[in-house]
Amino acid sequence: MHKPEDTAILQIARNTSGAQIVLDQVTKTYPHQPTSAVENFSMTAEPGELIMFVGPSGCGKTTTMKMINRIIEPTSGSIRIDGRDVLSLDPNELRRHIGYVIQQIGLFPHMTIAENIAVVPKLLGWTKSRINARVDELLETVKLDPTKFSHRYPKQLSGGQQQRVGVARALAADPPVMLMDEPFGATDPITRESLQAEFLRLQESLGKTIIFVTHDFDEAVRLGDRIAVLSERSQIEQFDTPANILAAPANDYVSSFIGHGAAIKRLVLIPVTEAKLGPIGDAEAGPITVSIADSLRDALDALVLSGAPALMVVNAAKKPIGSITVERISAVLGADIPDVQGAGLVSASGAGR
Amino acid sequence: MKRFTTPIVVVLVLGVLLIWLSSLTLDSIEQRTLNVGYIVERTREHLGLTIATSALVAVLAIPTGIALTRTRSRLVRATVLGIANIGQATPAVGVIILLAILWQTGYSTALVALVIYSFLPVLSNTMTGLQQVDEGVRESAKGMGMTPNQVLLRIELPIAAPVILAGLRTSIVFSVGAATIATFINAGGLGDMIVNGLTLQRFPVLITGAVLVACIALSLDWIAGVAEDLLRPRGI
Ligand SMILES: Nc1ncnc2c1ncn2[C@@H]1O[C@H](COP(=O)(O)OP(=O)(O)O)[C@@H](O)[C@H]1O
Ligand SMILES: [Mg+2]
Repeated sequence: MHKPEDTAILQIARNTSGAQIVLDQVTKTYPHQPTSAVENFSMTAEPGELIMFVGPSGCGKTTTMKMINRIIEPTSGSIRIDGRDVLSLDPNELRRHIGYVIQQIGLFPHMTIAENIAVVPKLLGWTKSRINARVDELLETVKLDPTKFSHRYPKQLSGGQQQRVGVARALAADPPVMLMDEPFGATDPITRESLQAEFLRLQESLGKTIIFVTHDFDEAVRLGDRIAVLSERSQIEQFDTPANILAAPANDYVSSFIGHGAAIKRLVLIPVTEAKLGPIGDAEAGPITVSIADSLRDALDALVLSGAPALMVVNAAKKPIGSITVERISAVLGADIPDVQGAGLVSASGAGR
Repeated sequence: MKRFTTPIVVVLVLGVLLIWLSSLTLDSIEQRTLNVGYIVERTREHLGLTIATSALVAVLAIPTGIALTRTRSRLVRATVLGIANIGQATPAVGVIILLAILWQTGYSTALVALVIYSFLPVLSNTMTGLQQVDEGVRESAKGMGMTPNQVLLRIELPIAAPVILAGLRTSIVFSVGAATIATFINAGGLGDMIVNGLTLQRFPVLITGAVLVACIALSLDWIAGVAEDLLRPRGI
């Protein structure tokens, strides 16, 4: 006995490598609040896109995100996943096909790691053997040894390990859509960097449609395919790729959010190969070299560290193919957008976060 | 080792009581109560009353606690908690005699009075236990697509179980003591021995009754403690 809404959900669910999400004129006004938390929010996330919502605390990022899986019900407007209006779907059934990761992680303390990951597959009525195989596979995916961790309880894990389990648990039923609310916010900087790197690698192979909320602009630059910079009432100040936002902030608000060092942040996104390399002879042979897989930011880092005027750039086989200097790095930025430093200076005097 | 302290103490105390009683020469009044048949019958009544009370309290107070944590109305919550507070704060004798006057004497009245008297610990612990469940845990359960009933049964109640069981344990000990006053309304129990011993000035009878009540309270508390440890979900 399938209700029509069931089949709609199943069609969404089958699309495991990313569904399209459309928010159309979505508004949320909490009861007894004079102003809306989210006002007329419209956005389309294409299948497989990793979209970052970034903005100061209280601007409405979480509220916007939680309307997609109906943890919060919109006051008006419509939300569609692969063309289906989510408000017409059964909310519990819908949520089983949307991965959900929150900052508090919320692992169930009375269940083992394996049981935590198995929750959604169990709700979906998977067989035991399929669940067990999936749990092991996911633990491997998030770099936790199944033989070691399956039977532990959450409190026996470090914060970073718990957060990996949180991600694995959200991925359990291979959902087309993932919602992540500051998932790495509570971890220390070193753990956060490694979680981010692993997450990027994971997303490369999974290609889910992900809405990722953060208040950390650098995290947004590092992870996002596109970034939505939000201000009060979840107003979209700019919605573009990290490179474009860094190169050309839409307004003072965005510049101030980028903060200092916009040029350096942009270098993270540009591979060394974008620079016009100098002759090999410019650089003296030394222990420090730059690989063509590195970003310009890595190259700059190496130059500063070594103190040498020029460094050797080597290919994958460690064969020198040219040299790089600070001037050649600036040339890449300069040719691209002559006003980037001006924009950075405006931000210095702009409003704080 | 610590786990076995209580049973050892209980056995020792009962042994000492037995040796002391057998060293006495009992008069005819004492013989009427200090015999195996009579004592077993009173103990059975006492235990029966206590166990029935605790079972009823569990069946009534846990769902009430769940319902109260779910109601939005502060008035309802305050009212029910207020009544439960009064039930416990009023001396058990008061509750039982009031009920007997308003209703009738006998077993059912004693049972109702004891349930009222020992309701609060389970009620308030159920509420505390559920309220202590981490908001992130609750939200991720909901966000993963559990229905409200599934969240309650699979997540909230198991996590709250140790706190609820602790309340039940307190309530059991309460009702063992309070069940002694069932004798005032002809509902039997070891209270019969204590009251008889007092009114007839027969010390051995009084002491036997009191020691047995204490031993039952200790034993049930110990059993409940062991159950608590066994039922506590691992990982919490
Ligand atoms: N349950 C709620 N009731 C009333 N106001 C709320 C509620 N949740 C959030 N808000 C308000 O809505 C605004 C947006 O909150 P939120 O979406 O949590 O922002 P962010 O995630 O960007 O920090 C804030 O002003 C916050 O105080
Ligand atoms: Mg938030």
